[in-house]
Amino acid sequence: MSTLEIRGLKVTVDTEQGVKEILKGVDLTIKSGETHAIMGPNGSGKSTLAYSIAGHPKYTITGGTVTLDGVDVLEMTVDERAKAGLFLAMQYPVEVPGVSVSNFLRTAATALRGEAPKLREWVGEVKSAMEGLKMDPSFAQRNVNEGFSGGEKKRHEIMQLELLRPKFAILDETDSGLDVDALRVVSEGVVRAKEANNLGVLLITHYTRILRYIQPDFVHVFAAGKVVEQGGPELAEKLEANGYAEYVSA
Amino acid sequence: MTTLQSNLLENHTPTGREEAWRFTPLKRLAGLHDGSAKPEARDSLSLNGAATPGVTFTRGAITAVSSSEDSIVNRIRNYTSEGAILTIDKDVVVTEPIFLNRISGGIQTAELSRVQIRLGTHAKATVILENTGDSVLAEDLEIILSPGSDLTFISLQEWDSKSVYAATHNAIIDRDASLKAIHVTVGGDVVRLLPKVEFVGPGASVDLQGVYFATEGQFFEHRMHVDHAVPNAKSNVNYKGALAGDKSHTVWIGDVYIRAAAEGTDTYELNRNLILTDGARADSVPNLEIETGEIVGAGHASTTGRFDDEQLFYLMSRGIQESDARRLVVRGFFNEVISLINNEVIQERLMTRIDNELERAGK
Ligand SMILES: Nc1ncnc2c1ncn2[C@@H]1O[C@H](COP(=O)(O)OP(=O)(O)OP(=O)(O)O)[C@@H](O)[C@H]1O
Ligand SMILES: [Mg+2]
Repeated sequence: MSTLEIRGLKVTVDTEQGVKEILKGVDLTIKSGETHAIMGPNGSGKSTLAYSIAGHPKYTITGGTVTLDGVDVLEMTVDERAKAGLFLAMQYPVEVPGVSVSNFLRTAATALRGEAPKLREWVGEVKSAMEGLKMDPSFAQRNVNEGFSGGEKKRHEIMQLELLRPKFAILDETDSGLDVDALRVVSEGVVRAKEANNLGVLLITHYTRILRYIQPDFVHVFAAGKVVEQGGPELAEKLEANGYAEYVSA
Repeated sequence: MTTLQSNLLENHTPTGREEAWRFTPLKRLAGLHDGSAKPEARDSLSLNGAATPGVTFTRGAITAVSSSEDSIVNRIRNYTSEGAILTIDKDVVVTEPIFLNRISGGIQTAELSRVQIRLGTHAKATVILENTGDSVLAEDLEIILSPGSDLTFISLQEWDSKSVYAATHNAIIDRDASLKAIHVTVGGDVVRLLPKVEFVGPGASVDLQGVYFATEGQFFEHRMHVDHAVPNAKSNVNYKGALAGDKSHTVWIGDVYIRAAAEGTDTYELNRNLILTDGARADSVPNLEIETGEIVGAGHASTTGRFDDEQLFYLMSRGIQESDARRLVVRGFFNEVISLINNEVIQERLMTRIDNELERAGK
């Protein structure tokens, strides 16, 4: 059982107009096996929270803590955070020209497992992960995310989630841009990862439909840089019906 | 060795103010440009292995087929009328690559070398020229492609750190012949390479691909000159360069001329540079001159950018440590061109060299 704990997290970015505070004291605790949905208006800072936990250099932490089983995550380099068990499925996965998916996955798995996976087993692992996400085997030979459609990029993210077996995954709008079938396929991948590794999930979304596949234990409303309300799955339904008006004006 | 004395351009020594020389550090050219280099006959080029039927490699008299305004080429031509000649007879298709090896001769003296590669009509071959070791070398290399012939020419500059290489690779391409050239420059102190293409028959095509990686103090210049003087010829140029370390300097010049007679020309040139550290300088100048509007296409692009932090972040967020992530991105950058070399041993050797240069630059 692991715990990811975010306490009073404050984050700024440097903009052309000067330093801008985006996260204004975020509190959130996630335990292994739990699924937390985060919903909130555009621009409220959800991706900022995701990137800050993963260690993106663009964001400056000005206050608060992030710990994984009591160990300071904010002190770690980006790769150390991944090795500690954190995974971020990005809202906009990055293209890496000239680097094949197969080379990328094997390099990542080698780094995370501390040794190169045995070739034959590895080939099988990748094959079944790709099948699970209904990705054509030819993707292994393609360059990372290069020319992938929006939906293909998202499948690729969840394929990595299954192969890299983190303790906690932050899914930043993984459901956006997916057709109905892809949504189901991708959701099933997340559920498999949860079952296989007792994964804790922080699921950022704008829509309740993904929550039908991945049932949240908690729903948090995120507005203006912090969590403004928490509840159970019923809160998501209420948000879908009423929107964020009451939180934004508050 | 016969030495031809001629007064042609004998006194012309570049000053650095000429357009063609304005980037080149003349002081580091070991006297190749001003005649102060001490020439020595080395015959440094040899054929690796036995010649197959229809392929000959000899030394003998050479008559230049290309004209050149380059003062180094003219010095070479004044100095000697002999050189190495590789001939592939007409209709001969050589399936295995032909390797030309360079025996390095050190930097105390200089070699002024002439080379011709000649393909007969409908001949087809791949020639790989491997430059290694330390040398001071000026070279006038001509590629003569008869109608319908097809050459892949790979020139690898894997020099050691003190080498000075000033070369013109002059291709004369006849009707329906095609040349694919891959220039890789990853070593040497100064490399100045001038791939020139002259189309002399319609329907000819050229694909010039190149990569270069300069680290601390290295100067690598690649200056293309593609002359479309006949109709319906095609040219594509794609050069990718990376730089790392203080005073690493690369120059890429792409001069493409489309003459009035060159209707139906299709040309595109691209140069991309990746700057990995401070203190590096990449000059990139595409230049297109068009004298006829009756063409299929003409375009050029040049980009010089810093290392992409988003790529680095993405890879590191999957547990890959920074140095490995950088290596992956740089390999990926070069892969597009290196993968065109149809030889895994060479591909891996070049990538390893690039890894090592990158690692040294990172320290
Ligand atoms: N470099 C920057 N310059 C100016 N503003 C920035 C910069 N980076 C982020 N921001 C601002 O920070 C705020 C939070 O952005 P973030 O991407 O975290 O929002 P989000 O909640 O993920 O939105 P969405 O639902 O649209 O994905 C936005 O208002 C955004 O414009
Ligand atoms: Mg977002």
